[in-house]
Amino acid sequence: MITRWLSGRLARSLDDRLRVAPVLRRALAKVFPDHWSFMFGEIALYSFVVLVLTGVFLTLFFEPSTADTVYSGAYAPLDGSRTSAAYASTVRLSFDVRAGLLMRQTHHWSALLFVGAIVLHLLRVFFTGAYRRPREINWLIGVTMLALALFNGFTGYSIPDDLLSGTGLRILYSVTQSIPLVGEWLVFLAAGGEFPTAELVPRMFVSHVLLVPAVLAALIAAHLGILLRQKHSQFPGPGRTENNVVGSRFWPSYTVRTLALFAWVLAVAFALGGLAQINPVWIYGPFDPAQAISPAQPDWYVAWGDGALRLFPAVEFRVFGRLVPSPFLPGVVFGGLTFAGLYLWPFLERRRRRRRDRLAHQLLDPPRAHPARIGFGVGVLALFAVLLAAAADDILARILRLPVLHVLSILRVLALALPVSAGVVAYLVARALRAGGGRGIGELTRSDVRSAMRFGSRAGGVSTGVGDPSPVATAEPAAGSHDAARIELWRDPDGLWRWRYRDAVVVLAASQAYRSRPEAERAAATAYGDLPAREVAPSGGRTGEPAAMRERAGRIAGRAGGYLALAAVALWRGRRARRRPPP
Amino acid sequence: MTGRGTPDRRERVSSAVVAAAFGVSALGAAGFAAVYATGGQTQLEGLTLAVAFAGIAVGLSVWARRLLPTGGYVEEHEPFDSPPADLRLAAEALTGPESPVRRRGLLAMLGLALGALAGAALFPLRSLLPFDRQRPARALRTTPWAAGVRLVRADGTPVRPADVPDGTVLTVFPQGHRSRGDVPAFAVRLDPARFTAPPPGGTVAGVVVYSLLCTHAGCPVALYLQGTARVLCPCHQSTFDLLAGARPVAGPAARPLPGLPITVDVEGYLVATGDFTAPPGAGFWSLR
Repeated sequence: MITRWLSGRLARSLDDRLRVAPVLRRALAKVFPDHWSFMFGEIALYSFVVLVLTGVFLTLFFEPSTADTVYSGAYAPLDGSRTSAAYASTVRLSFDVRAGLLMRQTHHWSALLFVGAIVLHLLRVFFTGAYRRPREINWLIGVTMLALALFNGFTGYSIPDDLLSGTGLRILYSVTQSIPLVGEWLVFLAAGGEFPTAELVPRMFVSHVLLVPAVLAALIAAHLGILLRQKHSQFPGPGRTENNVVGSRFWPSYTVRTLALFAWVLAVAFALGGLAQINPVWIYGPFDPAQAISPAQPDWYVAWGDGALRLFPAVEFRVFGRLVPSPFLPGVVFGGLTFAGLYLWPFLERRRRRRRDRLAHQLLDPPRAHPARIGFGVGVLALFAVLLAAAADDILARILRLPVLHVLSILRVLALALPVSAGVVAYLVARALRAGGGRGIGELTRSDVRSAMRFGSRAGGVSTGVGDPSPVATAEPAAGSHDAARIELWRDPDGLWRWRYRDAVVVLAASQAYRSRPEAERAAATAYGDLPAREVAPSGGRTGEPAAMRERAGRIAGRAGGYLALAAVALWRGRRARRRPPP
Repeated sequence: MTGRGTPDRRERVSSAVVAAAFGVSALGAAGFAAVYATGGQTQLEGLTLAVAFAGIAVGLSVWARRLLPTGGYVEEHEPFDSPPADLRLAAEALTGPESPVRRRGLLAMLGLALGALAGAALFPLRSLLPFDRQRPARALRTTPWAAGVRLVRADGTPVRPADVPDGTVLTVFPQGHRSRGDVPAFAVRLDPARFTAPPPGGTVAGVVVYSLLCTHAGCPVALYLQGTARVLCPCHQSTFDLLAGARPVAGPAARPLPGLPITVDVEGYLVATGDFTAPPGAGFWSLR
């Protein structure tokens, strides 16, 4: 009761000053599609929040300097030893600052989650064709954020100035140095001299805690703003068209669901940060240019680059008598091609079509609808999987009890063979699935696959065109339900107009109410074109629900508050009992 | 929601679960505070915080799944081509009579001014380069190793040829330059009869000295394989054959390790007779 009165007061006083009601009404009724694969972006967003929160804590204790200092503190093996201030403060942060290790490890784990969620989100967007017009801008922003996330992850684990990350830093320095013509100048600009320099740690620190996070925050805002404006795409299904969004409303369903997801991300990050050790720099020791650590692996999201450096044969050549060193091709060219490919993909794919695809797409492709896309995507994924394995070739050699150079040869063969074979298999499976209709991979028969391998003929209903839109999973509602589909309009006792879509399979209520019948009719016509609309008697259904929901919510809040109060009283009494002097 | 079994009971159970989850969360938060206050313990801190957040997560998830409607709503999605009238009006507003777009001459001069500023803004980038104004190619090519510079161990003590042990490598530095990035070298004792190519830096009583930095990406080639007299880089597994002038035999490195020309001084200590036979570490454009 009180909370309702309070929130009412607050809303009214805000509205008096900002006139938020018209905007708020629409925002609360915004519809989000219900599909688990849409959560990855949210997980990335919430990981970013965790990163900022824990990162702020860390900056209060970390000293970004390579100045000589003496560590003295709780970690006995290093007590009294001379190291850089960055390294000493990291050890102090881990052992002498209370909850410092928890925050540091949670920060590192969240970074891994952050990049992981971004990559899964990217894969979802890629395999469902969500990057197509009108969403190319958000694809470009997303790829930029991935690049920034990789860079910030790298600077983040490099600033403690420990032996492992210092070696990684030296590798990145060497790779940048290998760029023809400008490489030497680039590394001197970035590092202020020949590796290792005193400027490197403070510069990486500023980039890590200020520049890149600020750009990321701005890009996240742009990403979400564009998403709100363009609305979500959705998978094809009954009642779903190119001109509507079907799902649950932002308030209350998605608000509660997304907050739940935020809490899950926090729970997982802190559980990992507390229970799973990560980057124990006190074991690696401080950086020393004359020492190395073995085995040495970077964080997973840059390991593909390290794997490429390990796998690529020793190729150096000269241009005009100048040297192009061996890290150039696998490091600079391969990394550059990866991101150039990501940036250009939506435009490349659009050009490749026979008819240039200039249509706006709100309906996603089921992955099988584009065998060429899925084949290419799976092939590239397989290559990156091999590169990730290659970054751990010394560990693999230890596990398999093989000489590391044999493991390297095997991986070189795999890096060529696996992407091609995985891509071809994915391509054929997608073709077979597309020809066979809505069945899963487990139900494919040999004849399905065989007919998928037949090219050039239209036998068996297999479409020949590699890139043409799927003939099976189409945008239109299923043919059977289309006849029965209709729009129903009604006027509620409160004087507002509502409408719903009804066919043989689903009933979908309009997410908001309208003040006049023409307004409601226009919205229905936007969503469903010229489906027959007719007026019906008002029904209790949806409109009756919010009151009941509110009541339930109130009851839960009341009960939770009660338990809390009980616990607080018990705690307080317990303390008093302990404090009281014994009689 | 309604019309499924006994909604009241379902609802009561669900709301009890939600309330209990929030209660557990509060206990987790209190537990975290208690652990922190009593001295802190990383695992318990993480566990209690995780319980606190997981309680909220479970509560909200159950709330959303059981007590709130899922799906069933539709929102119209208007196409993104603006009505022609809007387009025309927007274009008119942008390019109207008093619009700055029409002042071509002024715009050109403004462009010039901004371009000049942008160009000038590039100059402070020079401040990021080293203060000693050394050209990168020169800095990368040279090291403090020079004629007469003694080889010292990590602790600064000079090395006699006899101090180089059998069966392992000894990391050496130029006297007075312990922490520079491009100086580390290693001395190793080999049987000159096994040489298939002469060591570039020469040999003193079977001792040869090479740069420690891999010619691929600059990692220290710290793993010595005694039987084959090879060194292996732990970063990318480049392998160098010390019997063949430190020629790369496997992995991504393409150039041999530079040798350090050595001799012994009057006191019998190892000294360099010059810089490395080639620039140490990773390659670069100006390296011919």
